[in-house]
Amino acid sequence: MFEFLLSFIPRAVSQGIPLMFGAVGETVTEKSGNLNLGTAGIMYVGGICGVIGSFLYETRTGVENMNGFLAILIPMLCCLAGSLIMGLIYCFLTVTLRANQNVTGLAMTTFGVGFGNFFGGSLIKLSAADVPSIALSRTSQFFSAKLPFAKSLGWFGQIFLSYSFLAYTAIAMAIIASVVIFHTKLGLNLRSVGENPATADAAGINVTRYKYFATCIGAMVSGLGGLYYVMDYASGVWSNDAFGDRGWLAIALVIFTIWRPAHSIWASILFGGLYILHIFIPSGTNLAIKELYQMAPYVVTIIVLIFTSLRNKRENQPPASLGLSYFREDR
Amino acid sequence: MENQVPVLQLKHITKRFGNITANEDVSMDVHQGEILALLGENGSGKTTLMNAIAGIYYPEEGEILVRGKEVSINSPRDAFELGIGMIHQHFKLIDVLTAAENIVLGLKDKRRFDLKAANAKITEICEKYGFDIDPNQKIYDMSVSQKQTVEIVKVLFRGADILILDEPTAVLTPQETDKLFHILRNMKADGKSIIIITHKLNEVLDISDRVVILRKGKYICEFVTAEADAQKLTDAMVGHAVTLNIDRPEPVDPKDRIRVKGLTVKNSDGVLKLKDISFTARTGEILGIAGISGNGQKELLESIAGLQKIESGSIAYVNEDGTEKELVGLDPKKITDLGVTLSFVPEDRLGMGLVGNMNLGENMMLRTFRHGHGLFTDRKAPYQLAEQVVKELEVNTPSVRTAVRKLSGGNVQKVLVGREISSAPTVLLTAYAVRGLDINSSYIIYDLMNKQKERGVAVIYVGEDLDVLLELCDRILVLCDGQVSGILDGRDVDKQQVGMMMTRLGGGEANE
Repeated sequence: MFEFLLSFIPRAVSQGIPLMFGAVGETVTEKSGNLNLGTAGIMYVGGICGVIGSFLYETRTGVENMNGFLAILIPMLCCLAGSLIMGLIYCFLTVTLRANQNVTGLAMTTFGVGFGNFFGGSLIKLSAADVPSIALSRTSQFFSAKLPFAKSLGWFGQIFLSYSFLAYTAIAMAIIASVVIFHTKLGLNLRSVGENPATADAAGINVTRYKYFATCIGAMVSGLGGLYYVMDYASGVWSNDAFGDRGWLAIALVIFTIWRPAHSIWASILFGGLYILHIFIPSGTNLAIKELYQMAPYVVTIIVLIFTSLRNKRENQPPASLGLSYFREDR
Repeated sequence: MENQVPVLQLKHITKRFGNITANEDVSMDVHQGEILALLGENGSGKTTLMNAIAGIYYPEEGEILVRGKEVSINSPRDAFELGIGMIHQHFKLIDVLTAAENIVLGLKDKRRFDLKAANAKITEICEKYGFDIDPNQKIYDMSVSQKQTVEIVKVLFRGADILILDEPTAVLTPQETDKLFHILRNMKADGKSIIIITHKLNEVLDISDRVVILRKGKYICEFVTAEADAQKLTDAMVGHAVTLNIDRPEPVDPKDRIRVKGLTVKNSDGVLKLKDISFTARTGEILGIAGISGNGQKELLESIAGLQKIESGSIAYVNEDGTEKELVGLDPKKITDLGVTLSFVPEDRLGMGLVGNMNLGENMMLRTFRHGHGLFTDRKAPYQLAEQVVKELEVNTPSVRTAVRKLSGGNVQKVLVGREISSAPTVLLTAYAVRGLDINSSYIIYDLMNKQKERGVAVIYVGEDLDVLLELCDRILVLCDGQVSGILDGRDVDKQQVGMMMTRLGGGEANE
């Protein structure tokens, strides 16, 4: 049993980290009243932008001459820039032009997935590989570098310390987001924008600015999830559509954690565990059964939704103006 | 005090919304340490004027002086910085936050976010003026009066010394009102200036030092409260009767159609909206309902149409043969089938009755969609009806396939009223049917109602313009505080009498 946990938990964690990034980013976004269903697409864009950056760097300098610092910095900046642009597009459409948030978000997801697959396909052609994927193993080595003493600490090291810096970044992000949202004036203002923009506006809060900033920061955090997936989880191998439905899982996580980023730390690991549970179950090789297990996170989310709706506690409800555009002249 | 510069001066303020002038050339002063009541009928521009001071609207003309200095107030923040705070009729609070969080919301404070310090300051304000709130209570757990208290504290917290309260007592019980007035007096003693918007005469006489009266967006006059009485104020508020020359044919063979007995209705907050209402609406007669808005008109019409939950009382529909049918408890569709139609024009015209994104024909279909054959609805008839309404009521629209939301307000109303009338009702309920319409369109609507009256329909007309009510209606039921203040004969009643009854139950003289 202990052996099982020792191999299961680290895998659940690394499976959960992209979800954690996505969920934290989406929670920050939703707290401003923007329901960004484009998160799935943004994570794709974040991933492929990182891949493009590192591909260019790897091919330009050659695998031997790569500088560890730059190897991390370049993909990271590319990823953040790509996600930021996605966030800006979403904001421009929904906040400035007041387009419908659901439609915009779904379009962004379709676009993001297509964008990822298009450039993924192009890079695969450029690299002239035999398999339909690009392997950036050198960059991945830098990204997945672990604490050197983790191994020497036995089971403790394996469960708590055997991850790369991005994993700890995700946890830090979740904690920072939680502190900012619930314990600072900035967070109070942000929540009020998501709850009741007219009131926030009357109190002198710049609703548009808050929505833009929250959504763009949220998009960048989500994008890092895509980067982590390619560079660490997938060991630098990009193949089209491999990221799968993790973006939707992240959105489900936001509901599961009832809009509390700190809870996404354990919740995303739980989801990650459920997602790969089938591998550890004897019948897991049966693909039909696999799908059933992968469904588990969504079922759990639905159950949480039912319970929070039934209990009807006001704090556990989504931000009151989630999904609605704000128009000052409406009042 | 007379020698001091007024803390707030308005000079020749004019505010327009499109073609409509909400305030025209209004000038008034507010002094330090006084309570000024702003009195006027519905639509007299009180709230608009105050919104201009609070930074929500920007007036087209005129100037505002605060403590003798000319200022430009572009946003609520500007107003706060000048020490002006407004407590709106609809509270601007966030439900899931605590009182304290709502109070500090949006404050630009260089110091660290410190709710404890804020709590201390809130407690201090509360003790000073006699408020009673728990800073850590969530807004959704609060009663209406507690929410109002939070709003007032919020304004004081920001250092306001000119407070504007928009109909603060509309949502309060008498005991809560007394408490509020006590607090207002404390604030006045502390040197704060207070403007209170109201149309309750007894409250004006009770609390204010001075009264400024607005009518149809214009400054009419002002009184020192001590020298005024209810009669004087009513006269100034309603003005002299204007002759409009609306036809009023004699009712032909009126018979009882709707008998309402002891109707009592509470709203979702448990506040009594209608109390023991009894009246009869007769065929071939227009029954006008007068009252200041929010005194139960909406609830009354909705009760008859079956849209309100009724606490007690009965509403009987009298058939041709004299038998009665109880409407309370029937679903709206059955009531509609009896011929009771509701053309209710609420604050937002599209809110009830029409669907903005649908075209004229489709909106007509909302009444008739059940009349199709089998699975399919009849699409032809509604479009024909739409054509007919457009022609008869001179609706200005490119075609019957234009989305209703693209029409101007007046045209939207014509479509709504036209549709309701076309269903050949036996009872026609209308509210604010001519609100926002120009003179010509209004007369078309009056004409339509007279035609229905001649057809033997029992028409109930909720109106806000007293002059129109007096000229159009055969009888006028005056509502005050959700109660019947009196039922008058439209032919021999004057405006002052109705005005008095609107503001005071039974219209009795003020003997307090």
